[in-house]
Amino acid sequence: MVGLPKIHRGGFSRQSAGDDMGIAVLLKQVPDTTAKISVSGDRVDETAVSKWSMSPYDEYALEAALQLKEAGAGDIVAITCGPTRATKMLTDAAAVGVDNLILIQDDGVTDSTHVQSLLAAAVKRSGSDVVLCGKQAADTNGGSTGPGVSHLIGAACVGMISEVSAEGDGFIALRASPTGNERVEVSRPCLFTFDKGATELRRPNVRGIMMAKKKQVETVTSDDLGVAIGTSSVSLQSHSPPPVKPPGQKFEGADSVPVVVAKLRDEANVI
Amino acid sequence: MDVTIIAETTADGLHPVTSQLVGAAIAIGGTPTVLCPGGLGTTAAASISGVSKVIGVKGDCFNSFDSGAWAAALNPLVSDGVIIAASAPSGREVAAQIAAMRGIPIIQDATGLEVGITVTRGIYSGKAIEVSTVTAPCAITLRANAFDAAGKGGSAEVSTVNQSADVAVAVREAIAKASERLDVAEADIIISGGRGMGGPANFSHLNEIADMIGAAVGASRAAVDTWDEIPHGMQVGQTGKTVTPSLYIAVGISGAIQHLAGMRTSKYIVAINKDPDAPIFGVADYGIVATWEAALPALKEELGKL
Repeated sequence: MVGLPKIHRGGFSRQSAGDDMGIAVLLKQVPDTTAKISVSGDRVDETAVSKWSMSPYDEYALEAALQLKEAGAGDIVAITCGPTRATKMLTDAAAVGVDNLILIQDDGVTDSTHVQSLLAAAVKRSGSDVVLCGKQAADTNGGSTGPGVSHLIGAACVGMISEVSAEGDGFIALRASPTGNERVEVSRPCLFTFDKGATELRRPNVRGIMMAKKKQVETVTSDDLGVAIGTSSVSLQSHSPPPVKPPGQKFEGADSVPVVVAKLRDEANVI
Repeated sequence: MDVTIIAETTADGLHPVTSQLVGAAIAIGGTPTVLCPGGLGTTAAASISGVSKVIGVKGDCFNSFDSGAWAAALNPLVSDGVIIAASAPSGREVAAQIAAMRGIPIIQDATGLEVGITVTRGIYSGKAIEVSTVTAPCAITLRANAFDAAGKGGSAEVSTVNQSADVAVAVREAIAKASERLDVAEADIIISGGRGMGGPANFSHLNEIADMIGAAVGASRAAVDTWDEIPHGMQVGQTGKTVTPSLYIAVGISGAIQHLAGMRTSKYIVAINKDPDAPIFGVADYGIVATWEAALPALKEELGKL
């Protein structure tokens, strides 16, 4: 898009194409799923993380957002709540076609209510009425953000979807159900949380990467958003590595199958 | 302490995980009231030992799933203490919406709960364990099979409330599962195949064994990404399902860190792989260094003798 106003820190901006149109995608930067997680003292050592990436389910949400944009559903604002290092993830999102980037500084955020309030305030301020995000982040594995934000912005929530397309004024989404899948219909305002999507996130082209370098990241604080972060009743006590399993027994060749089956029956009592 | 349990229900009534939610609530000194969405499973819920009250919540909104509508209908019946739901797709979503409505924190997918309230859960898909404390009011969802179920023999009072809410998500079409096979998230035994299976057609050997022992069939991400015939619903691992069965049999799976994250908490792990250095052997209780072509017929034969 050409001719979009430059966004400045703390400034109000409404960048959607139509009156109420606009897509927000909520992203989180997490340790890459191939990264080792090490615990030092009783906290996960974030400085030891070798690679930070966009949370995998958020990638599916972003790809779906790009496809909705191409179908004319509006411009995309990517919003994250996190530390400064998350700027890179936002720039990566710009390189594949996101129009506007917002980083909410996460000082003092400790529980689900805080992050939801901040994200919801940023979504409202952007004027977006369609929100996409992953079903859960690959670090905290919570899955509360999408449903919580949907309530706070007064949007319908459709969880665990793999596809979404615009139809008329609304959307059709494919979601998992206890008996298979369901195709559901929903109107704006709405929020979708993504399970594994049908299409992997596209790769940026050179032009996209060049354009993204010039794109400004709007950094906002809870004050800018008018959100008061109170104290929390949740208090982190410790992180620890998963319990180490004692070394198992290893056998050579298919001839050992009867031995293992006997052990499963007699030692482990699981069959 | 008042504990409101959102029962997990199925088309047939009460999901058995509900007894585990009750067991966990009692273990932290809670007095559990069980809310049954759609009024399903109230009789079964009342028979769980230790339940103090059962409320069947009936309304049109429960005819299909809209987490916002379910939460709006259930919320007026929730007490100010602790809300407990199952860490299943619907339970997580509804509990998160109720927590947001009440402005209270939610902790999802707990694997341990102690008086205090001290909550234990896996983070980074199980690559680390997090322990935190939280006080009421709060919401907590519990992972299936991580808590001892309360017994039977209860006789709680059952009441029915008519309470609905506006539905914003309309189901246009239901698409049935291709197979009636057990879901990996529900199964007590899982046999999974990886790219070492050579091709999707060879999963038929896993299906046969699964049918013999009542297991679900799973797959590694590599298998799901390589073969269209293997659906994502079968994927075990960080971008698939995290499972905790009693027995997990990994066949032709090398054991990438993302896969291990999704299955390492299984009670017993058997690995069958031709590569003796495959990382999967690092988490296996019983490792068999063999090709699947050699090992699976032998496994079939031995299981047939049981």
